[in-house]
Amino acid sequence: MLAPAMAFLGIFSFLPLAFTLIFSVLRYRLLIPHIPSFCNLQNFFRLFTDSQFLESVGNTAEIVFVVILLSLVGGLALAFMLNHEIAGKRLVRMLVISPFFIIPTVGALIWKNLLLDPAGGVFSIILKQFGLSPVDTFAVMPMAMIILIVVWQWLPFATLILLTSLQSLDTDQLEAAGLDGAKGFDCLLHITLPHLMRPITIVILMELLYLMAIFAEILVTTAGGPGSATTNLTYYIYSKALLEFNVGTAAAAGLLAVVLANGITFVMTKHIKRSVGL
Amino acid sequence: MNSTKINYGVTALSWLVALLISFPLIWMGLMSFKSDFNAIHNPFDFSLWTLESYTAVFRDQAYFLYLLNSVVTAVGSTLLAMALALPAAWSLTFTPSPNRSGIMIWILSTKMMPAIGILMPVFLIYNKLRLLDTQLGLVLMVAAGNLPIIIWMLFSYFKDIPFEIIEAARMDGVSVRKEIFSFLLPLAAPGLASTALLSVILAWNESFWTLNLSGANAAPLSAFIASFSSPQGLFWARLSAASCLSVIPILIFGWLCQRHLVRGLTFGAVK
Repeated sequence: MLAPAMAFLGIFSFLPLAFTLIFSVLRYRLLIPHIPSFCNLQNFFRLFTDSQFLESVGNTAEIVFVVILLSLVGGLALAFMLNHEIAGKRLVRMLVISPFFIIPTVGALIWKNLLLDPAGGVFSIILKQFGLSPVDTFAVMPMAMIILIVVWQWLPFATLILLTSLQSLDTDQLEAAGLDGAKGFDCLLHITLPHLMRPITIVILMELLYLMAIFAEILVTTAGGPGSATTNLTYYIYSKALLEFNVGTAAAAGLLAVVLANGITFVMTKHIKRSVGL
Repeated sequence: MNSTKINYGVTALSWLVALLISFPLIWMGLMSFKSDFNAIHNPFDFSLWTLESYTAVFRDQAYFLYLLNSVVTAVGSTLLAMALALPAAWSLTFTPSPNRSGIMIWILSTKMMPAIGILMPVFLIYNKLRLLDTQLGLVLMVAAGNLPIIIWMLFSYFKDIPFEIIEAARMDGVSVRKEIFSFLLPLAAPGLASTALLSVILAWNESFWTLNLSGANAAPLSAFIASFSSPQGLFWARLSAASCLSVIPILIFGWLCQRHLVRGLTFGAVK
């Protein structure tokens, strides 16, 4: 009964991965007519001397680190806030988590045009009301804008998970602690935070995997530019693969991305195994 | 923890934050009722509302093609993935083998592999098999992407079913078929429904394979909206109208099953 699912997954993930492995040691470009030939580790050497590749790794790290930090801190604050008795609780929750359900291309274009455009975007109009001159934020600080859009998408994710976890916290335990004379801060430190450690870890790991792979948001807003200021690893590989059709280099970089993700996966599976009780 | 008293200070703050976070979406909704000219030149004048952006979107025949592609990709990939995941999850839960944990982790690891790592081979294989820019090609790829999550999520629901019920059925000599269709599926119906819903949401919003493997024929809404990024297009009102139409069904799904989503998105680690 397991076989069909496993065969399907094998065909659609490990078979292509095997091809990636083979392509990564080939000189293989589709735009130049030639027969692909073995080139040893040249593709990898070329990557490590390509300043654009190195920049893309740095950019990936920047996006991942800053977005996780902001969404986690913000998500914790929001989760604690929304855990109170609030008038219109359900509606507030719906509004807060909404960005997570929006198609990434839609979210990114709304930000780029309707909100941040220097001519007609709502923020520039508000700035003009105050007599300030609007800035072309995507030209001046492109990376900050990408991060802004991605945080907007992932803050709701962190909030939703942490809030769900807070609500599953046994209130009896907190009440008992309160009766024993524990102060609010002690409860937070010894009951609530330990309870949140697992969801926090899961949020970090899940976001790591998804944020490494950010693609659509960059494609429709900056296309990796200006220069390669917002090119992350995923976008770099995409441009090598489907813009330059340099199969060998794209495969080599793709393989590095897989190896990188594997490290994270290794840590992740340990946590998931423990929490699901496998 | 006073659980009945409404805290007005926190209420005010929460509403403020909630409106700030959802402002881009609210603004998108407002702009969709403007003309393209007024969306840029008079965005704050709300007396100028019109339905012309919506009629413009509907008049464009292509919109319905993209919508159809989205529906086919989302529903098709969900049906396919559920059909593969149901027997797999049943077997993992109720006929456990010693290497179950290893298999579960293997399934999980396929999800953890970054899609970009296999973009080039998939593109070339699809090109060879004439699957590029086809609905079938997208359905297969998107189903493969969501299958691990679906198996894990189903497993986590099946595990909550008391094993005694299944055992009792087996003692009565019920066939495997009957065991699944008459006992398991009715008991796990709510879980099945939310798993399918999550799969539809993820497939609808998928924006990696759709952008890279589809063109004029098979592009779903996520790829269609991306075409508004071209610099000559100042069709903000139309962008807003098309966007609203594309996100509203999924937004409603998301609101309906938020709690269940958490289970799926964390592989059952947070409930």
